[in-house]
Order: sequence, then structure tokens, then C-alpha cells
Amino acid sequence: MNINRIDALSPGTFSLDGQEVEFGPGQTILQAATSAGHYIPHLCWHPDFSANGSCRLCTVKVNGRSGAACTVQAASGQNVESNTDELNAQRKTLLQMLFVEGNHFCPSCEKSGNCLLQATAYEMGMKGPHFEEFYPDRLVDASHPDLMLDLNRCILCGLCVRASSEVDGKQVFAINGHGIDTHLVVNSPSGRLVDSSISLNDCASNICPVGAILHKRTGFTTPIGQRRFDIKPVSQLVKEDTP
Amino acid sequence: MVIEHMTLDGVLSRYKRDPHNLVQILREVQNLTGWIPRDQLKVIAGELSLTVAHVEGVAGFYRFFHTQPVGAYRVLFSDNITDRMLGSESLLQELCRLLKVKPNQIRADGRVSVSTTSCTGLCEQGPAALINHQHVITRLTSERIEQLATLIEQQVPPTQWPTEWSQVDDSIRLADIKLGLQPAPGQGITAALARGPQAMLDDIKRSKLRGRGGAGYATATKWQLCRNATGHTHYVVCNADEGEPGTFKDRVLLNSYADTVFEGMTIAAHVVGAKRGLMYLRGEYSYLLEHLQSVLLRRRQHGLLGIAILGQSGFDFDIEIHVGAGAYVCGEESALIESLEGKRGTPRIRPPFPVESGYLGQPTTVNNVETFSAVTHIAVNGGAWWAGIGTAQSTGTKIHSISGDCERPGLYEYPFGTRIGRILEDCGARDTQAVQVGGPSGVCLSASEFGRRIGFEDVPTAGAFMVFNRSRDMFEVARNFAHFFAHESCGFCTPCRVGTELVVRRLDKLKLGYGSSEDVQVLFELDKLMHGTTHCGLGAAACNPLRDTIAKFRPAYERHLKSLHFVPGFDMDAEVSKARLATGRDDIAAHLENLS
Repeated sequence: MNINRIDALSPGTFSLDGQEVEFGPGQTILQAATSAGHYIPHLCWHPDFSANGSCRLCTVKVNGRSGAACTVQAASGQNVESNTDELNAQRKTLLQMLFVEGNHFCPSCEKSGNCLLQATAYEMGMKGPHFEEFYPDRLVDASHPDLMLDLNRCILCGLCVRASSEVDGKQVFAINGHGIDTHLVVNSPSGRLVDSSISLNDCASNICPVGAILHKRTGFTTPIGQRRFDIKPVSQLVKEDTP
Repeated sequence: MVIEHMTLDGVLSRYKRDPHNLVQILREVQNLTGWIPRDQLKVIAGELSLTVAHVEGVAGFYRFFHTQPVGAYRVLFSDNITDRMLGSESLLQELCRLLKVKPNQIRADGRVSVSTTSCTGLCEQGPAALINHQHVITRLTSERIEQLATLIEQQVPPTQWPTEWSQVDDSIRLADIKLGLQPAPGQGITAALARGPQAMLDDIKRSKLRGRGGAGYATATKWQLCRNATGHTHYVVCNADEGEPGTFKDRVLLNSYADTVFEGMTIAAHVVGAKRGLMYLRGEYSYLLEHLQSVLLRRRQHGLLGIAILGQSGFDFDIEIHVGAGAYVCGEESALIESLEGKRGTPRIRPPFPVESGYLGQPTTVNNVETFSAVTHIAVNGGAWWAGIGTAQSTGTKIHSISGDCERPGLYEYPFGTRIGRILEDCGARDTQAVQVGGPSGVCLSASEFGRRIGFEDVPTAGAFMVFNRSRDMFEVARNFAHFFAHESCGFCTPCRVGTELVVRRLDKLKLGYGSSEDVQVLFELDKLMHGTTHCGLGAAACNPLRDTIAKFRPAYERHLKSLHFVPGFDMDAEVSKARLATGRDDIAAHLENLS
């Protein structure tokens, strides 16, 4: 049950796809791997926030057993497999699931090129949705003067929920529903963004990895083709972003 | 007093405006008003210092909370496969026809809505229905449906309906220890107090008792970890969220042997050093609440709960009951704890495990109803006695909830190691094609496997035992289970949220005759993916019935394929019928299915 808990509090190294990775006390596999400049695909994880563990893209094999790298504590001597055909195929399927459950039309999306979902799908070699599209009816909330909320593109990563709560101290967002009807809700008397306490400079307004929370009037400031992931693939950027 | 309890303010006061009681508050408020409008949620949020979005999110998570209007009479048919086998689907249609209401819709006058709900745990006396989330009707027949429709039209309150309708039998067919003669209340605690906490724990260790909820974790290890964990308060939680379809043993233990269960919790408290106990009772069993409260009251009066239990100073422990609101996932212990804390029942990231950081972040041991029952018997009779029953790795007895195609459905208690075939003989099953052991998340056994034995070494089980004879379509069984998992997915992680939906869509497509062998292949892939990637064990198990039935009853699937090769996923000829009308053509070449 908790045999490795004591070990997890002391630093050490584990093996990630054959390379030794150092970790600090209490770090998860994903934290340690990212700090060391290794890329493990992920969507709901962000280095500045507590782990959510919902997208499951970072699922790796630890000593042969599956686990989400963002939630499994690093421990000395672990043998972690991540960049394998089997796990990448799994990731591609998870991405396809996220694409078909929402309404993601990259060519007409102003987040294209800056979108982590799109970039990760390219990284994993996803060429099509594989499954039938669900085409759900989802809410678009354009009520706020500076922000746009388009739930068609929401992947339920919960980053805005955590950012608003943990950083902004506002709790503007929450998750509602269950099963395939799980969805993001806004905390305001009307349920609309304009009546909430969110503002443009809030962390929650700037954390969305996809095009669900967008700034108005800035969509095409940087032309498509010159955006973050247009220039370099996401795997490369993680390595370069490492201090 | 009565007036105060009948108002929102009364409910809020009784729950001390504690946000951790949000689920209980929502349940009681809904009992008053039928459904909870958003304005009401706002008031509750304000009173509990929570955001309205949070309160909405919690209300929207549980299937039994309504934030939209519902009928004054809400009839929910239990939709387990065993209810269906007893004709629940046509009875639902019949009721809708009589009441002139469409399924899942509210009648224009607001009088009634008719829908389905996941297994209500009355499989051996089904088809069953739940009325207004509070009353049950067992053994539905066309006659009862007809009377039911009349009573609803006449606006007779459910409390005045024929009492035999809500009669719930224990259906004990074969009793051994846990369903047999019970120790006198207090006997187990006296024995535990005489031993002392450590010796009692050692005796549980000696008994090799494993959890009866399905996972089979060693009870003594769990208690040891909880006992050793540091925290200002330790908690004992009884998991009475018996949601696995086809399981109804806990219903009977709580109905007839609640003393033994509460006594087991009290012994656990003695061992781990807990002052507070919580029982999480599934919403479907809320009709047991009054009875359970009266047992708790009696135990307090007899010094078996409260301050200085049985005169032992310092041994203070009491139990309160939380009622769930229709969420299968809350049977997972960390989701159950989230729900106890008044939140959405989403499983937590583990570690830390509940034994270290459970209810309110404190060391918590969560055990199944049947486990606590076993604990009391072990306290009285000793660990060695228990270890002598069953097999090496699976000691003691297990209660099976038997339903489906057999002459004598009900509860059967056997020592571990009992052969499947023996159980089938005892319950009068004939011409059996398959048995689903442990519910949809368990295993489906075909006739060639009836020599296998119940136990953690071979066929583990949480207690469900659903029998299917050769007239049953195993594809339909799997499809029923797939709908169950999609309906009950908490929606947190991608593979379960989307995967269960993709499975349902594929099986429904096969059902309609538009599936191809490619779809069966995709089902295999989804099963593999979900086993390796979901956030909790329930998601991982969601494809178990599918995998088993495809592997063992493949012809049942292939019967639903028009062709074993590619066919369109829709009726192409129907799609072009409008074009035929528009062009006035009806020749052979205008019918696509005739083209080769």
C-alpha cells in the first residue's frame, strides 16, 4: 500500500527509457523528467500546479505497471518506460478520444499553432479522429468584454479551475455533470463569465492549453504559421524551456 | 421541531452549516421540494460559504439530484439485466402508455416522470422500481403497473400505497456464519476489549480476513497502517454503497444483522483508535435509514456506542450515517470519502491512501459491510477458527447474491473454495449458459468453467452471482453492462469518460445491425486501453464483461453483424430515400443495397 512512501521523500535517480533521471524529494516522475529536459506527453499537467491526473496522456510503465507519470512518485531504481510504440499508440487513442468528444476544427480555430492538444496530436502522429465524431452541443459564452469561453474545445484538464482557485484565489470555474456530460461551469449569479470576478490578467485567463478560454481581439496578432508549435514541435520546446 | 425540520433553514441548522455535509443537505432539501432550483443552490452556497458553481457541480454529479423540474411522482425502474430478464422494459413501456408520458420526460402537467436507474439491489425480487428516491416497489407485474398508474392519477401519496408493494424480503436461502446465528449485541466488543487493541489486531491478522468489497485487501494490514498513521482523529468508515449490479448481500446484513455490522465498526475503532465512525449508505437503500438509526439509538442506550463504551473509560466512539445519492463510483473508497466530505465523488490520486489521509485528511479505514460483520464473528470466535474455514488464501465464508435464471434466487453463504457448479445446483439453475460472478466488473464464466472455485486464488467476487440460461443473448447482457458503466462513469478521466461512451455506441450499432467485424476489433482495443490508462479501478473494469463475452460468446456478437466484413455504420438506403422521392425514381439502380 505505501511501501515506497518513505523512499519518495529522499532524492535519487530512476531510469526513463534507459536514461538516468535525477529526482528531488517528493517529486513525481513527470516533474523530475520535465526538470531534466525529458518530454512525456501531457495535457492536464502544468509545472506550476498540483497534479490532476485526468487526461491520462502521461501514462507510463513503472516497473512494468501502468501509472500516470504526473501522479506516481519518483523512487530510486524505478524502470520507467514512456517513449515506446505501445504507449505512444495509447496516447494517440486518448487524443483521438478527446478530439471526437468535443468540437475541434483546427483550421478554423484561432488557437491553432498555440494549442497543446493539436501540437501533441502532431507529436503522436495522429492523422485523423479514428472514431466517429460526437458533435456535442456545447456552450459558447461571449458575454465577457475581454474573454471568450468556448466549451466546444474544452478538454476538462481542470487547469483553469486550479489556476483560479490556487493562484487567483477566485474560484471562477468548477466542474459539473458526470460521465460524457461532464462540463465546465462558471461561478457567477447568472452562470455567465461577464458576471464572474475573472479578469484578463488572471492566471485562469491565460492557462487554457486549448482554445476554450481565449482573449478577445488578439486571435490573429501572430499569423498562423509563425506560432509557438508551428515553429518547433512540442517535444522540442519542453527540452528548450528547461532552465 | 417538526416545522423546523421541514424548512431549508431547519436542514442547514441540523447540519451545522458545515460544507462537508453538502451532499446530505442537498438530499434533504430535495426531499422537501422534489428538485433543487438554481436559486435554492445559491442560497445553500451562501449559507455554507461555498461558490454556487461548486454547489452546482456537486448537485450535478449525483444521479439522484435534480436541478431541473421532475415529475411530482418520479418512477425509476431498476435497469439491471436481471430486472430486464424479468420483463422490466415492457412494464416501463406499459406504465408510460397508461400515464401517457414518454420515458425520460416529464408529463405536461408535471405529475409524473418515468425513467430507469442503475441496479437497485432487489434483483431476486424484481423487477423493482424506486419512487421519489425514497420508496421501493418489488415484484412488479402488469397488475401492479396498472394499479400504480391509477394511484398516480389519483395523486395518492406513496406512503398510502399497498404495503405489500414495498415489502423487501431477506431471501436467505443458505446461511452459514454471517447469515446464521448472531452473537448477542456487545459480545464482540466485550471480547475485543478483553484482548486489547493490539491483540485484537493480531487476531484479525491470524484470521487472514480479506476485504469483502471485491479487492480483497488484507483487513489487518489496512487496520495496522491506519493505527500507525499519525493524525489528530482516526476514522472508521463502513462502505454500504452496494452499487455493483446484482449485489444485494449488504442490504440483508443491514436489514437483519445491523448490530453485527455496527459492532464490527466499533471493534475496528477500538483497534485503530477512532472516535468517529461513518456509514455511507447508498441512496437506493435509504428506506433502511430509519431502521439503522433505531439500531444506533438502541446501541447508544445500551452503552455499546457513545462515551466509555461498556464502561471502558477512554473508549468513546459513535457512528453517523451518510446517505449517497446515486453514484456507483462512490463505492471506490477514495471517491466515497470525497462524497462523505460533501464533494463530487471523484476518486482521489493515490497515494496517499485513506489509511494515511482519508476523511478530512485524517487516517481512515474503509471496510465493506460484510467485512465488519466478519470482524464481529472473529472477535467472538477467534482468528484461528476463521482461518480454518475456506482456503489458504481466502479464509472464512462469502455471501453470494444469486439472481437471474434459477429456481431459488436469494442469498447463499458458502466457505471460500466452493465450486461454481455446486452453487448453480443449490440455487436450482438449469441449462446454464453463463454466470456473471462479482457483477459487471467481475468475470463472466461459461459452462466449461463451472468447475472453478470461488476464492481470491481462482474466481474472486464482491458477491454478485447472476445466472443466464441458454435462452439468453450474452451480447444483450454485455450491452446492458456497457450502458451501466457509461451511465456511471464519473467523467473525470479521458479513457473512462469517452471510452465507455464509445463502447456503448458500438454495441448499440451492432444491436441495430449496422456493425462490422471492425467494430468488434475496436471493442478489443478499447478494453485494452481502458485497462492500462484509467484513473481508478472502476474505469479499468468497465470493459471486463465485454472482453469476457467477446472471448467466450463470440457467436452472440456475430449474430448481430450483417456481414463479417465492412458494412456502412448506418442504413444507406434509408439515407437516400429522400433523394428517390425528389427525383421520382424507384428503379433497382436507385436502391443502393442492390448495387454490388
